Amino acid sequence: MFSLEDITQSVHNWLYETMHPTLALMVEFAIIGVLVIALFAFLGLVLVMMERKVSSWMQLRLGPNRIGPWGWFQTVADTVKLIVKEGMTPNNVDRLLFNLAPILVIIVSMVIMAPIMFAKGFQIWDINIGVLFVSAVSSLSIIGILMAGWASNNKYSLLGAMRSGAQIVSYELSAGLSMLTIVVLTGSLKMSDIIQAQETGWWLFKGHIPAIIAFVIFIIAATAETNRAPFDLAEAESELTAGFHTEYSGMKFALFFLAEYVNIFVVCAIGATLFLGGWMPFHVGNWEQFNHIMDYIPTSIWFFGKTFFLIFVIMWFRWTFPRLRIDQLLNLEWKYLLPISIFNILLVTVIALAGWHF
Amino acid sequence: MNLKQYFADIFNGVKSLATGMKVTGGYFLRHHKEKITEQYPDNRDTLVLAERFRGEVVMLHDENNEHACTGCTACELACPNGTIKIITKFDISPEGKKKKAVDTFIYHLELCTMCNLCVEACPTGAISMANTFEHSVFDRSTLTKQLNKPGSKIRAGVE
Repeated sequence: MFSLEDITQSVHNWLYETMHPTLALMVEFAIIGVLVIALFAFLGLVLVMMERKVSSWMQLRLGPNRIGPWGWFQTVADTVKLIVKEGMTPNNVDRLLFNLAPILVIIVSMVIMAPIMFAKGFQIWDINIGVLFVSAVSSLSIIGILMAGWASNNKYSLLGAMRSGAQIVSYELSAGLSMLTIVVLTGSLKMSDIIQAQETGWWLFKGHIPAIIAFVIFIIAATAETNRAPFDLAEAESELTAGFHTEYSGMKFALFFLAEYVNIFVVCAIGATLFLGGWMPFHVGNWEQFNHIMDYIPTSIWFFGKTFFLIFVIMWFRWTFPRLRIDQLLNLEWKYLLPISIFNILLVTVIALAGWHF
Repeated sequence: MNLKQYFADIFNGVKSLATGMKVTGGYFLRHHKEKITEQYPDNRDTLVLAERFRGEVVMLHDENNEHACTGCTACELACPNGTIKIITKFDISPEGKKKKAVDTFIYHLELCTMCNLCVEACPTGAISMANTFEHSVFDRSTLTKQLNKPGSKIRAGVE
């Protein structure tokens, strides 16, 4: 059966047999770098296309339909256009910070890729504080956004960046608490342990009501953390032209754009890992036959299927809900999501201690 | 805010969000049946425009090349931006009486905002709005049109 674990294992063994261990490690670093960049390019092309098709279908439009069959190569043309466009730096910006910001944002998205388990045994770094690592690193991207807003020397950019800061600082809380729900149930921060704990059923189903509440809160907070509609007031087109990336063009803008979509992928991958079992096939308790059939589907398909389902849900949000005002946004977090998630974590602790979950 | 109100707010909020998502989700599932995009240059032959679409002002002529315009200039007066200019003449009726009639109905399409006021002002229903819309030309002067066809005359009985 097709398995990514076997491929990586054989490549690893071959490298260590043929060359010096240090050199082999370097080669592995290079391979991982190339793979991550390839995944970024793939995600940029596919997610932008998916967004445009989903939005058009939800509005009963056709969407892009000129380039390639049913317009599927539209994003390739867009990418070529962005690459050949001049990367302009305006006169009165802080040059260093202005050029550093998009790179910082994209590097942060790249770093969060580390603990994500793409398939069984296919992971860059099985760090033992995986969930903590993700929530810590993902809050770094706000530095890049604030940097872009400040360096642009533009009031719209600065306002957008400040809003984004307020938003991410607030929603980090409930995202962290809803992640913690699963950590309490599993008793481990390690991604592989969390997935292994869901062998008999996903936490969404095993964890009773608290897991469902945590899942809903996590999806809301994830949407807010990635600055997407209905929480996209960092770039609110109607008020701030484009928010923090008003002054950017060409490839530097493309890096922000790419980072947004990669971040969506990352938060959805984390959501899929914590609540929907990551690469774990859909198992139901003791139904041996059913579980066996489900095991035939490759684990990478399971992972990407769940992740893309969550991405679809987040896109569904974007094309349904109107944008929140800044006070409504903070109200939602501090008056509703945070008290509920604190109460929820209390409830889940009781359930975990009493062993009421399946 | 009391506790009951708090939970009622959450419940109503979630309910209204779910209603919205049901609408867009429904569209997503049956988008292939209800597409509203007109693929315009491709479907030029089958394109159907709404009856009330206002593309340009035309004068209605019947098969005898007769129209209903009396040359009263009500449309010219009604027009807010001087789109219509009517040059009148005097017809001599068989009884030898002079009667005012339209000589040239000049219509400046380039000035027209399709407001429909001239059509409403017309007492005899001589002009109306057509739903043609492909008006782009290379020479601006071709947008100044004469609406009454050459050799046309007023229909008998229209006063």
